[in-house]
Amino acid sequence: MAFATIIEGTRFTFPDLKSLMAKATPERSGDQLAGIAADGPVERLAAQIALADLPLKVFLAEELIPSEEDEVSDLIARRHDRAAFAPISSLTVGAFREWLLSTTAEPAALAALAPGLTPEMVAAVAKICRLQDLVAIAAKRPVVTRFRSTLGLPGRLSTRNQPNHPTDSSEGILVSALDGLLMGSGDAVIGVNPATDSLPDYIRIVELLETLRLRLGVPTQHCCLGHVTVAIEAMGRGAPVDLVFQSVAGSQKANAGFGVDLAVLREASEAGRALGRCPAGGQFMYFETGQGSALSAEAHWGVDQQTMEARAYAVAREFDPLLVNTVVGFIGPEYLYNGKQIVRAGLEDHFCGKLLGLPMGVDVCYTNHADADGEDMDALLVLLCAAGVNFVITVPGADDMMLNYQSLSHHDAVFARETLGRLPAPEFEAWLREAGVTDAAGRLRSAAGELPGPFAAASRLLPGRAA
Amino acid sequence: MSRAPLSLRDLRSLTQARIALGAHGAGLPTAAALSFGLDHARAREAVWTPLDSGAILQALKDQGLEAVEVRSTVADRAEYLRRPDKGRALHPDSAAALEGMGRGFDIAIVIADGLSATAVALNAVPTAAALAERVRRAGWRLAPVVVASQGRVAIGDPIGARLEARAVVVLIGERPGLSASDSLGCYITFAPEPGLPDSRRNCLSNIRQDGLSIEAAAAQMESLLRAMLAQGTSGVGLRRDAGVLQGPAGS
Repeated sequence: MAFATIIEGTRFTFPDLKSLMAKATPERSGDQLAGIAADGPVERLAAQIALADLPLKVFLAEELIPSEEDEVSDLIARRHDRAAFAPISSLTVGAFREWLLSTTAEPAALAALAPGLTPEMVAAVAKICRLQDLVAIAAKRPVVTRFRSTLGLPGRLSTRNQPNHPTDSSEGILVSALDGLLMGSGDAVIGVNPATDSLPDYIRIVELLETLRLRLGVPTQHCCLGHVTVAIEAMGRGAPVDLVFQSVAGSQKANAGFGVDLAVLREASEAGRALGRCPAGGQFMYFETGQGSALSAEAHWGVDQQTMEARAYAVAREFDPLLVNTVVGFIGPEYLYNGKQIVRAGLEDHFCGKLLGLPMGVDVCYTNHADADGEDMDALLVLLCAAGVNFVITVPGADDMMLNYQSLSHHDAVFARETLGRLPAPEFEAWLREAGVTDAAGRLRSAAGELPGPFAAASRLLPGRAA
Repeated sequence: MSRAPLSLRDLRSLTQARIALGAHGAGLPTAAALSFGLDHARAREAVWTPLDSGAILQALKDQGLEAVEVRSTVADRAEYLRRPDKGRALHPDSAAALEGMGRGFDIAIVIADGLSATAVALNAVPTAAALAERVRRAGWRLAPVVVASQGRVAIGDPIGARLEARAVVVLIGERPGLSASDSLGCYITFAPEPGLPDSRRNCLSNIRQDGLSIEAAAAQMESLLRAMLAQGTSGVGLRRDAGVLQGPAGS
């Protein structure tokens, strides 16, 4: 099916739905690299005008990637709930934007709608939303999940404490995790990206984090972000695995590039549930995504990167996760060139994830070859807090010297608490006070690095300081 | 036995992460904030500084190494960052320049700017010289060293194919981090030809003064080359000695 718009006598045509979607996407380098972006701002607006007139039902009739050849498309089709879709079934993409902004779209209505939405629908409406729309709509859609801490409650912001070390040194990881906890970071998860995918290292890291958690009595979860097949093996050996992690993308071929498919994710989910560490009704899966990963794997099917990202959320949502985050600025300038593109993509991803019902977080981050810096991240953090993001990732001094990129700092989480009033998860908030990290008003007691009593005890895990 | 309360500052030696920075409200101490800014400025400079290929060519000649300059199809640095495909392709003029260099070599060495001209300026020539010395002692035939501006890792493929080299060694500036902006990477490919997947390459990374030393790197390159020439392959299919790292091909 072809689409067209006439602007002042000039006719713009788009041969199919995926080219209409790609050309309607706000400018980003990844779509330009793929050769599917609009030629310029006028063609982009023509595509957006045509897209706004498109009935949402078209997305149920016409697949961007055929189900017969892609298990993600098949999953999206199988899981679509027509009854949930009914309230908006007669709307166009443009009218859907207006509906989302209206007072009709209150939190309960948005929650009920989620199973009726496909990734393509939310990606389409995101393309014609300005930043303020993306913030305003997402702010109406809290998604709450729970393990030892309760995440995503309105008015709160959680953090992943990311104590990476280039060689996975136990001491290096531990001291970095303590640094983050002393700054009040880690209620979403204490999560380590391992330097290798070896099973012994994976088990050593989760055992280390488990010991730290138990010594300090921290009401949080831990995770080693190794490959899901390593997690399955570790669980088989009885390792204390809190969260089961995997990077996922929006097509079967892109997921194959990550070495996974839906079947292995299901196997991992079942193994994690069987461990019985997560309370009944709670969640324990953790997924990371990011625009550009499908193109990078040459598995994008000519579909724009923002839509491919939203399709990754269909994979995540299948497994009822505790945490999902986009690593928005990590992939590099060939996909998101500058701060403007990174900021918009972060808000799009958060918006699409939330509308689809995911507990969405963002790794607010950039690399040194992107045209971005810490000030872009300052802006994105404030915008995401306004949008009600579930969690962000923080590292010491904003510098992840293992993955060689810059994320937020633990200090930035303090800023969100003290200036924006975004409290951590209630269980963690109480623990911070009891452990002496914060005072009765929730402010940091000492930023000088002195260890309160329980921390001094935990530091005896370090070499030469055995208890 | 009771212990005095510890400060995290006492534990800084356990990691290079920026721990125990202190805070004023939520803000960093001024010195830490400016130090972060300086590290970022250095990294940006490493990415955006053009490769001084004239200086590299001269330094190679000073080492007694024949050298030739080529470029990719990228027009400028901004395009380089947006179009990795163009950074992998050899400019037609450069293809012609390689014609006069002879063909049928055992080893070709390519120096490419990649994402850090700083790393190339500091580390590429001594690394190439150390490797060339090992190549000479091994009795292998070495092609003239090729200096490629605006090049990605895979530009070694068309260069190696033109020179009909059995293996190509690409020395390239790695994406700078805040802690180190002078890391050189090394990617070795057996039987180079355009269009090879990254899984056909073997990689060494973090070649710099405080990382993998130039001499140790050259020794590892020689051992990889010996294995490749003996087994007739490279990348994931290569059986390697313990201690030789297989890293991702990212640049």
